[in-house]
Amino acid sequence: MTTRSSSDDRLATTLREESGRLVAALYRRFRDFDIAEEAVQGAVVEALTAWRRDGTPDRPAAWLTTAAQRNALDLIRRRGRQEALAARAEPSVERGGTDDRIALLFACCHPALAPEARLALTLRAVIGLTTPQIARAFLVNEQTLAQRIVRAKRKVVSTHIELRVPDPSELPERLGDVLAVVYVMYNEAFVSSTGRTQDRDLGADAVWLADVIATSLPDQAEAWGLAALLTLQHGRSAARFSSDGDLVLLRDQDRGQWDHTAIDRATGMLERAASLRASGPYQLQAAIAACHAEAPSWGETDWLQIVALYGALIRQDSSPVVRLNGAIALAQLGDRQATEALADVDRLADRLDGYHLFHASRAELLRLLDRDDEAAVADRRALELTTNEAERRLLQTRLRRHPLIDGS
Amino acid sequence: MILREGTPMKYVLMFTSEPAADAATDPEVAKAVYGRIYQWFQDNADKIDENGAELQPVETATTVKSGGLVVDGPFNEAKEVIGGFSVIDVPDMDAAVALAKTWPSLELPGIAVEIRPMVVDYSQFE
Repeated sequence: MTTRSSSDDRLATTLREESGRLVAALYRRFRDFDIAEEAVQGAVVEALTAWRRDGTPDRPAAWLTTAAQRNALDLIRRRGRQEALAARAEPSVERGGTDDRIALLFACCHPALAPEARLALTLRAVIGLTTPQIARAFLVNEQTLAQRIVRAKRKVVSTHIELRVPDPSELPERLGDVLAVVYVMYNEAFVSSTGRTQDRDLGADAVWLADVIATSLPDQAEAWGLAALLTLQHGRSAARFSSDGDLVLLRDQDRGQWDHTAIDRATGMLERAASLRASGPYQLQAAIAACHAEAPSWGETDWLQIVALYGALIRQDSSPVVRLNGAIALAQLGDRQATEALADVDRLADRLDGYHLFHASRAELLRLLDRDDEAAVADRRALELTTNEAERRLLQTRLRRHPLIDGS
Repeated sequence: MILREGTPMKYVLMFTSEPAADAATDPEVAKAVYGRIYQWFQDNADKIDENGAELQPVETATTVKSGGLVVDGPFNEAKEVIGGFSVIDVPDMDAAVALAKTWPSLELPGIAVEIRPMVVDYSQFE
């Protein structure tokens, strides 16, 4: 397992800052999406080798731009796309503005593309990850992933998905597709127990992207909601794992390890979202996370507020996991509520029976009600579902940042 | 393929429905929708090529298969059948999707409109 150096961090920051701009700029220039994306990907791969060997150049953006442009011209020649040269307006590639990065993002997350394809394309074109890095992060076979990306780019080109920010009438729905990709980026990446995908901190990249989106579309409340949610979750992430690499439940976490600057920043984002008066699931999830982040301890958490927020969230997103989490929060209010919560959870049995945390949650609720024997049965069931050591390790290292049984 | 700004893009919209769902539709509702379809073609005349068609019902279909075998019925066994198609002339995919979304039948169950770009630039196959 590689530990990341600070130069890797600088590399990552530069790559995500520049990749999207470059792809957009090259596309505008040569009007060939495939060539633009390939050219930048090639430059990223070159940079990873060269900068690790020789150190980061003084002007990394210029280095990447030169490399990407050279690759683009090379690809044009090799593919006989001389007409793309005719499309060239100026002799040098202009740096694409921030708007163009967002336009690229909307194209990569277009509903015409399969969801897995949206994620892969976004990670490559907008974040500047390489195919091997993406494959490692999501435990996907590299060949499969490469094919997926080729197909997605072919679809973008053949159906002419244009790089643009959607019209206001379409924007909320299309933004939903974009935010969903960023959410998956944060929640579904497999990371080592130190919280890093070896050479890229995908969580930090997702937080960064959510921030870019909110800043670029400041009148979109859910964009601020997601940015707040991911900033909060990331701000608490240092306390999630013990030095042995074991998962630490929220009730046991050392809250002193939380990044309180990030938490304050997230609170600001949530306020910004609230001022736009357009509630939504990401804002509600962020508000729940904020309740936890503001509580000095598990015992002093405002569970009443959290229960109310889950009530609102379930009305917008009645998925079983959300309802499970809502039930756990409800149970914290007292015995009567714990009994009600257990009934809520039992109603989810047919959908969640194969999910070990469902049984672990039931065990938790049963213990709250002093039904220890039944709790033990539920615990055993939970353990059965994770007896496979590799799976158990996987589950531990799969950094599920959904608020779980403990809201962590 | 070069996506030059303003490259003419043509897409085919294939309008499909499920005959079972069609049969269950209230005749008054069906009539109203049909009227709105007529209006749709008027409203979008500037984007719709004259080369589209409404097809006669699937019972009228005959298929010639590999080897020359002629059989009664549509080419596949799916419960969805193609009822007609339009060729549209719009700048890009967003415009095609936006137009397809306004197809009046979509308020009814079992309807689907497939969007497929037409081949206009044969250089993409080189």
